[in-house]
Amino acid sequence: MYRYDEFDAAFVRERVDQFREQVGRRLDGSLTEEEFRPLRLMNGLYLQLHAYMLRVAIPYGTLSSRQMRQLAGIADDFDKGYGHFTTRQNIQFNWPKLVDVPAILDRLAEVEMHAIQTSGNCIRNVTADHWAGVAADEIEDPRPYAELLRQWSSLHPEFSFLPRKFKIAVTGAPKDRAAVAYHDIGLRIVRNEKGETGFEVLVGGGMGRTPMIAVTVRNWVTKADLLPYLDAIMRVYNLHGRRDNNYKARVKILVHELGAEEFRRQVDAEFAQIDRSEIGVPPAELERIATYFAPPSYENADASDLDYHRALKTDASFAAWAERSVAPHRVDGHAIVNISLKPVGGIPGDATSAQMRAVADIAERWSKDEIRVSHEQNLVLPQVRKRDLFAVWQALTSAGLATPNIGLVSDIISCPGLDYCSLATARSIPIAQKISNRLGDARRQKEIGDIKIKISGCINACGHHHAGHIGILGLEKRGEEYYQITLGGSGDEKASIGEIIGPGFSSETVTDAVETIVDTYIGLRKDGENFLDAYRRVGAAPFKEAVYAAH
Amino acid sequence: MPLISNGEVVADNWNYLDDEFPLPSEGDVVLTLARLEREQDAVARRTGKTGVELPNSADPEDLSAHLANIDLVILRFPAFTDGRAYSQARVLRKRLGYEGEIRAAGNVLADQAAFMIRCGFDSFETDGRQPPELWRRAARAVTRAYQRGYEPVGGLAVRQGTAPG
Repeated sequence: MYRYDEFDAAFVRERVDQFREQVGRRLDGSLTEEEFRPLRLMNGLYLQLHAYMLRVAIPYGTLSSRQMRQLAGIADDFDKGYGHFTTRQNIQFNWPKLVDVPAILDRLAEVEMHAIQTSGNCIRNVTADHWAGVAADEIEDPRPYAELLRQWSSLHPEFSFLPRKFKIAVTGAPKDRAAVAYHDIGLRIVRNEKGETGFEVLVGGGMGRTPMIAVTVRNWVTKADLLPYLDAIMRVYNLHGRRDNNYKARVKILVHELGAEEFRRQVDAEFAQIDRSEIGVPPAELERIATYFAPPSYENADASDLDYHRALKTDASFAAWAERSVAPHRVDGHAIVNISLKPVGGIPGDATSAQMRAVADIAERWSKDEIRVSHEQNLVLPQVRKRDLFAVWQALTSAGLATPNIGLVSDIISCPGLDYCSLATARSIPIAQKISNRLGDARRQKEIGDIKIKISGCINACGHHHAGHIGILGLEKRGEEYYQITLGGSGDEKASIGEIIGPGFSSETVTDAVETIVDTYIGLRKDGENFLDAYRRVGAAPFKEAVYAAH
Repeated sequence: MPLISNGEVVADNWNYLDDEFPLPSEGDVVLTLARLEREQDAVARRTGKTGVELPNSADPEDLSAHLANIDLVILRFPAFTDGRAYSQARVLRKRLGYEGEIRAAGNVLADQAAFMIRCGFDSFETDGRQPPELWRRAARAVTRAYQRGYEPVGGLAVRQGTAPG
């Protein structure tokens, strides 16, 4: 894991002091709320329906046990004993008081964390594959580049007042677990014919009111040119992105309005004029960062651990959990453990302080002190020996964290919605809970198989509904909440935008509609075909027919 | 409208010249970009200094032919959240090699000071609500930076790769 050196630590401390001073000026009235708003947003502080909300960055989703315990302490001392993990690898605290925020930031700084640029029209927390460094299919670890971009984007003098928010994601594996095509900039580490690794650069993806899949602007950018090339993209966007209409201000609209060809031409023209040696990262600095991400030492472990196999045979509950939660690790005898934060009928992404501490303890003992946060609002223990899986499962079970539903119908992504958010037009958490309760029976979930349901409580799409195999968007008409359903979305390497199937549903009937869609899929699927593949084969017609005939 | 530079209130000897007003040969005047282009020969013959206000939406390259005759470029922030002027200043300094004064006008706040200075701004037309002391403090609030290749603020340390400023 990356560790702050004196420079990083001092930077974050100074930023906290700067913000404390800004809060002081707000409290004594010398800053107006209008002036304070962009300043607090650049430090992750929102004003929500009931209170302030502080969004803390978990850069590329990586946490140590110590950091997780500190988050638990903050949840206890400044919130109501829980936190909410988000779709962008952040954690949100929903009840802090403005006057306490500098103290919370102090606590974060103690463990090398911050809330810098988790909101506002700037470059946001950089995300990455939550299996980075351990995935069996990985070309190269994306975290050193994500860390480089975190540093480069922090308090950037030129790109801190962009037309709109700006999100960057990095993946080092061909299987895209970071949804890079749905980001303003998506970076894929690729290998060229000479065997060197570099980046494919995608620009202009995004969710929101106008969902778009990013286009590749360059197939190959070298590591040395990464920052200069991004600098060129950012400058073109900063100068030419629309500022007349908030809904048209993301870079995806600029790419769309100019056309990919013209956008590429402008970026290339800018890139050609940049002094790359001045902007680019010196190799020694990249090397320094990469050193922190060197693989830990793994002891020789038997690839087919006998205790693990015995436990799978003798304990059906353990086997059911392992089938969904355990993923292949790049090192023999080890496994990646995914922890569901989606108990059936629960609130997606919420964790109590006790659960955070339990995860910290388990990670410290059995996962080389490493924890990851996924954009699917779950947690990951990336470094577990197979022989320890049974013990890990027992410990997770005690903490209420062993729901065996990863990737299944109750593993729902949901934004906070109208229960918390001032932008929301409808509730989303209760809909997630209803669907989870309706379809959450273990046998039924298993029968349905892999499926992604994603729910947003407004058009801003924080719940990623456009990328859901089944997407649900909560809207409001004449004081009534209603829910639009989309089908066929996907955030992976074959990204697609879900299509609206027809008129929306009330909060009472939307669960029935989802159930009908799922049952229709089961009726028409061919052997081994998951929901998305079936949908792509047959199209929307059979689903529409079933849903609108039944309702 | 106090003008702040290097954390101090400084005298402002520049006059914004109305387009209808004839171009004087002496005195320091600020022209619109349109007038600068229209009267570039007369501008070149002036003995006083000439400045120009570059519209927020203009390409700084539009000034490239005039920079030899210009001592001041004013970049206006319609709102302090509108960040185009940062890139305009950057292009003026780095690509076009402009070495004269760059001044921020409009909705300009002390909290932006460090960013503006690093992009190449020298002076700030303020509404007077934020005292020079606050500007000095804001410019030094964070003394470390990660971005190589931007102007160093006094005492700023840049992450290794370039010499600290």
